[in-house]
Amino acid sequence: MSLLDVRDLSVVFQRRGERPFNAVDKVSFTVEPGQTVGLVGESGCGKSVTSLAIMGLLPKRGNKVSGEVLFDGADLLKLRPGDMRDRRGRDIGMIFQDPLSSLNPVIPIGVQVAEVLERHQGRDRKQALREARDLLDAVGIPDPQRRLSEYPHQISGGMRQRALIAIALACKPRLLIADEPTTALDVTIQAQILTLLKQLVDESGTALIMITHDLGVVAGLCDTVNVLYGGKVIERARRHELFAHARHPYTHGLLNSVPRLDSPRGERLHAIRGSVADNIPWTEGCAFAPRCDNVVDACLEGPPPLEPTATGGDLRCNNPVSEEVAAR
Amino acid sequence: MLRVIVRRLLQLVVTLIALSALIFVWLRNLPGGPVDALLGERATPETRALLTKALGYDQPILVQYGKFMQRILTGDFGNSIRTGDPVTEVISRAFPATVELALTAMLIAVGLGVPLGYLAARWRGRLLDHLTVVGTLLGVSIPIFFLGYLLKDVFTQNIHWFPPSGRVSIGLDNTNITGFFVLDSLLTREFDATADALWHLILPAFTLATIPLAVIVRMTRASVLDVLNEDYVRTAEAKGLRQRTVRGRHILRNALLPVVTTIGLQTGALLSGAVLTEKVYNWGGLGTLITDSITGSRDYPILQALILLSALVFVVVNLVVDLSYAFIDPRVRVR
Amino acid sequence: MTEPTTQAGAPAPRSSKEQASDAGRNRLSDRKKARLDELAQSTAAPGGVSLFRDAFRRLRRNPAAIVGAIIIALFVLVAIFAPLIAPHDPVQRFDALTDQLTPNNIAGPMDGFPLGSDELGRDLLSRLVYGSRQTLFVGVLATLIGLTIGVVLGAIAGAVGGWLDNILMRITDVMLALPALLLAITLVALASKSSQWTVIMAVAIVNVPIFARLLRGSMLAQRESDHVLAARALGVKQRSIVLRHMLPNAMTAVIVQATLTLSVAIIEAASLSFLGLGDPDRDRAEWGAMLGDAGVRYFEVRPELAYYPALAIIVVALGFTLFGEAMREAIDPKNRR
Repeated sequence: MSLLDVRDLSVVFQRRGERPFNAVDKVSFTVEPGQTVGLVGESGCGKSVTSLAIMGLLPKRGNKVSGEVLFDGADLLKLRPGDMRDRRGRDIGMIFQDPLSSLNPVIPIGVQVAEVLERHQGRDRKQALREARDLLDAVGIPDPQRRLSEYPHQISGGMRQRALIAIALACKPRLLIADEPTTALDVTIQAQILTLLKQLVDESGTALIMITHDLGVVAGLCDTVNVLYGGKVIERARRHELFAHARHPYTHGLLNSVPRLDSPRGERLHAIRGSVADNIPWTEGCAFAPRCDNVVDACLEGPPPLEPTATGGDLRCNNPVSEEVAAR
Repeated sequence: MLRVIVRRLLQLVVTLIALSALIFVWLRNLPGGPVDALLGERATPETRALLTKALGYDQPILVQYGKFMQRILTGDFGNSIRTGDPVTEVISRAFPATVELALTAMLIAVGLGVPLGYLAARWRGRLLDHLTVVGTLLGVSIPIFFLGYLLKDVFTQNIHWFPPSGRVSIGLDNTNITGFFVLDSLLTREFDATADALWHLILPAFTLATIPLAVIVRMTRASVLDVLNEDYVRTAEAKGLRQRTVRGRHILRNALLPVVTTIGLQTGALLSGAVLTEKVYNWGGLGTLITDSITGSRDYPILQALILLSALVFVVVNLVVDLSYAFIDPRVRVR
Repeated sequence: MTEPTTQAGAPAPRSSKEQASDAGRNRLSDRKKARLDELAQSTAAPGGVSLFRDAFRRLRRNPAAIVGAIIIALFVLVAIFAPLIAPHDPVQRFDALTDQLTPNNIAGPMDGFPLGSDELGRDLLSRLVYGSRQTLFVGVLATLIGLTIGVVLGAIAGAVGGWLDNILMRITDVMLALPALLLAITLVALASKSSQWTVIMAVAIVNVPIFARLLRGSMLAQRESDHVLAARALGVKQRSIVLRHMLPNAMTAVIVQATLTLSVAIIEAASLSFLGLGDPDRDRAEWGAMLGDAGVRYFEVRPELAYYPALAIIVVALGFTLFGEAMREAIDPKNRR
């Protein structure tokens, strides 16, 4: 049984006086124990909303969540709020994009780590703080004893993200969701944090959902990659398959828009034209059609289905990039 | 930290000196001065000159100011023109009455305002929220002296719950130690007097609390709504913390920071409001003193002292609030 | 790291090999192309909507703003057409009403006088209708004077900076150290006799430091902002940067504050009347004076003398506050989507 089995997860934003908006549209994917799965796409593709929906952190007002999120076989969406509270932080941890705003500015770091231990492991404050110090040490924060009583604004951005990782992994959850954990950090720190994350999940056997727009992050970390566009999974493949021959024109374009050191001199960087704002609704056809170089008539006759590929992945495209081009 | 305090104190002194100079110059140089006010318009030039000399108004303005400052620094504000009593005495007689009223009003405003604002934010868009929003809008739109008359009419004329005016019932012989009647009677264990003083205090205090209450409710509500959207609240939820902990430790604590500043700024509204409220309820504090010193003859020594005093109170309260803020918010502490 | 590169406009050039292989498969018919354009247009974000239009759109959808606007419009209309609406001359004393005046009685509603008499035997309704004019006059003038002085001082402080800024700000500090009503009282007390003008000036001056601080703060914030830096980099003269770029942006905040100040000004004028420092002209009908003077003096004889002007003040103050708050919300970048 998969650790996490997301089935037909949909999130509809319904704001008063506005058209309902399908932020996440029947997304399905699975995460095996200890596996690292990537959710990749541009901003607005629904990847963060997916993760918040799994965590049950979307505000009740204005959001309609449907589908199933099976964790160990139990549907998280059907849990009572109190039961979900018991699981968050214990079974599933989460790290967010901006480490400064994600830490409470008026509470010492130590307490922010310790409170999750107090909550889920029944530790008292003293014991929890002792363990918090060890956790800070484990995520590579120097002089952890002193950091316990310091405030978020007193430590560096990289250290803040390390502290957040310590919080998320404090109770040794079986699943960790990392939502763009390196986007807000300096380039030099990014690699350190990714290495740390990889090392920690490998050591503890924690499964990881890595949410990112950065294919470089995917390349170094993920076993399986789900590419999202307009709230739908459009391509799913094992990491090597994806990088070797991406079939969906969007994925293909993403890969080609990354500058490569080994590309022939003088070759122009390939860019995907337009922006996410040019999407058409999936009900009308393929959301990517307005930006697609491979568009054909079928792309405007309803949504293409997600179909298995020969290489064991899935693909939602009427006119995929041919094997030989993809393999270039 | 110490440097901040010293700098703020210096700023305060400069502000007060500038203010005293401005008041001094203004009050002396404008028509309708104290001599005319005392003697009326038909006095002979001779009498006028005599009184001017007696009051020291014939000397150069700088000399007058120098003497004025000298006396202020020794705590001597001169005598009231109207009654002849020393200004310090007149003011210290009225001071406790106003402080008692203002403090009670502030207690009401904070005690009711913060919970109301918090609940309105938590139940945003529901009935309580709508009622609160409408209530705060009305609170800042209603002239408070009118509200005072309205409350007085309802609660003292129609239903006799509260006394219409004054600080104590006539004939009640309470011991006067500090001038704070509630405190005095508690100290001397004259509990009937405590009840009587509180009974007199309630209506005026509620009237005076109206505007600060409305402002604090709105501020708390807006602040809580802001904090609810903060990333660290999402982190707290992602940790699976109990709702109680999320609300108390992560939401309320951060949301109250800007409210603390608001409370300081409301001191001004309290002082302004006290002038009106005291007149409505015949309270006999500083507000009444101000009104009495302006209508009819202008009692300049009293006015000067009162204006300086209220500026001092306002600035000091805000200084204290700012400094205490530095202790609540670690981000300010290090600077 | 930035988001994956996206470019509007023509498709990016591709390698010849790719183009050759795609050419045969790219068979999008014209009809479909048109459909595609149409769909893309209908879903694309409305581009190029100006900040102002965007704010106005949000204002129009806010019920509080609409209620506020209606109240303000009615108030102004009544003020303009007062002579047509009022049944009588507001100054004239009517025998039918004066006949019934005793220390313990003021006539209530009767034929021809729907709201009855005021304390001098004049028609209360007519005075209320005409009162809208004076109230509007006092409120608008006090606000405008305070705004003008404050804006000039604030703009100078914000644009020039340095020691001048320092001095101006210390002066506002001193003014702000005094509670508003106390400052107004002091100012009125400075004049030998109070008049309508002392009231207007006192209320105006109380608001000077608020506008000055507001404008200066906004100008300082903008001095560092990108569009001003860009203008400076392009070599635009200081004078026209201030006039063309900084002032117009700062003015939105000033307009919001002015709307809110209008309601405060009307209430402050009433408070001064209540303290005996208001307009002594008893012929002139102004709501604040009606409420603060006769209204409370005859509260036990005939409370309607207070109720009606109070109600008028509350409703109008509410209207300005609602509209001002709604404007503030509409221009707040936090609410921009």
